[in-house]
Amino acid sequence: MAASKQQHIDTLQEIRSLMERSSRFISLSGLSGIFAGIWALAGATAAYIYLDIMPFDRYKFYYTVIEQGRAWGISFEQFFALDALIVLLGALGSGVYFTTRRAKRRGQKIWDPVTRRLIVELAIPLFTGGVFCLILLYHGAIGFVAPATLVFYGLALVNASKYTLPDVRLLGLSEIVLGLIALFRIGNGLECWAAGFGLLHIVYGAMMYYKYERNVAQS
Amino acid sequence: MKHISTQLNKAFDHRIRLGLMSVLMVNDWVDFNTLKELLDATDGNLASHVKALEAENYIEVKKQFIGRRPNTSYAATALGRKAFNDHLDALEQLLKARD
Repeated sequence: MAASKQQHIDTLQEIRSLMERSSRFISLSGLSGIFAGIWALAGATAAYIYLDIMPFDRYKFYYTVIEQGRAWGISFEQFFALDALIVLLGALGSGVYFTTRRAKRRGQKIWDPVTRRLIVELAIPLFTGGVFCLILLYHGAIGFVAPATLVFYGLALVNASKYTLPDVRLLGLSEIVLGLIALFRIGNGLECWAAGFGLLHIVYGAMMYYKYERNVAQS
Repeated sequence: MKHISTQLNKAFDHRIRLGLMSVLMVNDWVDFNTLKELLDATDGNLASHVKALEAENYIEVKKQFIGRRPNTSYAATALGRKAFNDHLDALEQLLKARD
């Protein structure tokens, strides 16, 4: 009797695992999040150094400093475009690296219909947000750009979370809340940006790593 | 054990058929090759189990061409979904009864 009960449990577990594997991209590595966070913090640090301000510097709101910014022989537009590009490529690169590595270890394919769906669902709000931010820049509303990236990134994560680990949804909601707070506190946009893309990624990445990967590595 | 098999659905008593239905319950249309990889089955093996479920009207088949290559996808029918849910309920009942 006990053996057949175990059989039923195994059956149910296999059903569950197949449902999950076929509809969610579960190879996403927490280490991707941690490294994305480190890249973002490095990018934010570079911005502070460029603008020659300290975090929460009440007397020097970064968007007023920005307009005079011309350190290192480049304008602030060039600096921010370059800084953002390096952070984005670094985060994407380490994300793809750790996630591919995890998928390989688990013997799973990285490119399948689920991954494609995940990327499309991520891309729709991200692309919208990207264009939205360019329009903000066009109108000179520089202070709104950092909060807007947080809000749209959060929406993209919430939207894509149904095709990957459920923790991503919570990360997305946190990014949205932080983005809305940043919209109120326009002068602290860079601090909020560093908290959202840096700290939150590191916290959630570490949480996901401990939850899904550490035990697997040990066993 | 005999009295239980009246509740559990015979159509799902094989690992591949059970897996096939599990995948189709949570996806709209899934093609043959994706199923093959997910279930770790050979062409012939999967094809025969697909036929068995098709004969029960639990799944429907869509054949199309992607470029020049034929591509066959599968989806669960309403009847198949109900049968699978009943099967899961029966499994659950069995586990509860023994606790």
